[in-house]
Amino acid sequence: MTTDATRDAGAPPFVTEGYKPPKATHKARVLPGFRLSLGITITYLSLIVLIPLAALLARPWEHGLDGVWQAISDPRVVASLRLTFGTAFAAAVVNLFAGLVVAWVLTRYEFPGKSLLDALVDLPFALPTAVAGVSLCSMYAANGWIGSLFAPLGIKIAYTPLGIFVALIFVGLPFIVRSVQPVLAEFDAEVEEAAQTLGASPMQTAIRVILPSLLPALLTGFSLAFARAVGEYGSVIFIAGNMPFVSEITPLLIVIKLEEFDYAGAAAVAVAMLALSFLSLLVINGIQLLLSKRGRA
Amino acid sequence: MSLVVKNITKCFSDFAALNDVSFQAEPGEFLALLGPSGSGKTTLLRLLAGLDQPDTGSVEFDGADYLKLSARDRRIGMVFQSYALFRHMTVAQNIAFGLNVRPAKERPSKAEIAATVQRLLKLIQLEDLGKRYPSQLSGGQRQRVALARALAISPRMLLLDEPFGALDALVRKDLRRWLRKIHDETGVTTIFVTHDQEEALDLADRVVVLKDGQIEQIGKPLELYRHPQSAFVFEFLGTSNEVPATVSDGVASFDGFTAPAVSPKALSGAQTVRFRPFDAQLSPTGPGFEAKVLSLLPAGSSLRLELQTPDGKVFETQHAHESEASDLKLGDTVFVRPSKVYVF
Repeated sequence: MTTDATRDAGAPPFVTEGYKPPKATHKARVLPGFRLSLGITITYLSLIVLIPLAALLARPWEHGLDGVWQAISDPRVVASLRLTFGTAFAAAVVNLFAGLVVAWVLTRYEFPGKSLLDALVDLPFALPTAVAGVSLCSMYAANGWIGSLFAPLGIKIAYTPLGIFVALIFVGLPFIVRSVQPVLAEFDAEVEEAAQTLGASPMQTAIRVILPSLLPALLTGFSLAFARAVGEYGSVIFIAGNMPFVSEITPLLIVIKLEEFDYAGAAAVAVAMLALSFLSLLVINGIQLLLSKRGRA
Repeated sequence: MSLVVKNITKCFSDFAALNDVSFQAEPGEFLALLGPSGSGKTTLLRLLAGLDQPDTGSVEFDGADYLKLSARDRRIGMVFQSYALFRHMTVAQNIAFGLNVRPAKERPSKAEIAATVQRLLKLIQLEDLGKRYPSQLSGGQRQRVALARALAISPRMLLLDEPFGALDALVRKDLRRWLRKIHDETGVTTIFVTHDQEEALDLADRVVVLKDGQIEQIGKPLELYRHPQSAFVFEFLGTSNEVPATVSDGVASFDGFTAPAVSPKALSGAQTVRFRPFDAQLSPTGPGFEAKVLSLLPAGSSLRLELQTPDGKVFETQHAHESEASDLKLGDTVFVRPSKVYVF
């Protein structure tokens, strides 16, 4: 069997002596126009992403570092940041599990109405967020269909942080489902059967074999849902009640500052949000990198 | 008798994948299921592993009814065609999986599991690669890891689905020898599926030839080769030349000459008879079938000739390098005379 190993490690065996591979100075590409397409890419990304962000970063400094710090460390701003990122994170975590179940059901089982259910998942994508906000609000208000069930228990959903949480779950669901679904669909049935023949119970197979291979997709879905929830505005402001210190999200606070013509203050808060978002994505990508190093090199 | 399979039938919608299949395997036997694609051999293997259920029939192992056991309780080591390794686990974790998922009471201690993994890594000659991931291994190495993983659970029986299908010819030959060695060392009853007759005849103690979901013949490799029971088995095991002849009392008569005829049944009258490339003699004058040399190629240890008769029929024959055949040139006319024919 050593022959096998040496063959793997060694040079390609059937190359005639003295053969030199052609130099890779001009590598043939399937599609021409590398320079043109790269130029378009850079210009486009600059115009759409980089320049506006740079402008945002340049904006808040008219009152100096102190001014920026004051705007950010304002207790009302801190409370809103905590609320925004906290509810976004909690909603993404809930969707991580719920989305996995939905994706599992939609890929693993056949049942009547499946394609309808599958289409339903995309609805939060397609619905104008304000429409979603209004309908969620009427559902979860104390006199709404669902809200009236919780009201006797003393639980208020609409016009509290709980309402924000509900709205963010709504907008985040499709991200997780749509990230996990294709990976689950392509999961090799033989791998599952192998676990079975080795004596694993269905639960052990799901947790030890299937779930780890879904982890990168779950994480992608999580980061997308989280990012979307952090920036969500339309659906939240209707259901939130927008009480300062309690149920006021950061994007709304920025709008309020703009309406008061406090452009520097608005920009300062925006920069703080940008930094936090960036940090969150960095952490998630870092985890993903670690995962991808494991075994799929 | 360790494995007894009786009257297994399995249908997929209206297509019968297996039809009344029965066979047995002795303890420690190395059995090949040989057949073309669509002959039901993989379906049969999956039924044995418990991954599918037959419509009718029984599977017994050491007297126990295996159909009542689920795949996870059968303790059968299965090596899949795609290897089906767990790609997020290292080689060592893959091998240990079957032990780690056992209920706490039956699970060996951590140290025992580690020792088993080491022993198996040594057996598959990948001692230094325990920490690698499957994606960092070659096809042949993955194959061996899949085998070690199946062996780790001390299986009652080992099943391999086209174990060498995805490997190149040289690796395949190495692994074949090695698999036989592992089998002889562990002594576990092994059944493997293949469509490659050379592989089956080379490796197995006995070969089960399947065709369209039915068993055509079961026998030792030499037995199959010397006494094929049907035209299908004869043709599947090697190149065959067909000619019409008149048969009576074990002799086939042709136009001006005869040849001994081997047949599973007593047949007589006008029949189609078949002969192997190496059961043919060439002569410059006859008697025999007149034919022109169409091609002349070295085939390993022998010389392979394609010969065309005046009515367009093509024979393939095989001869020693040092024979009268080596003096022939393309377009020469020779006479082919079968020295032994088979009738079905």
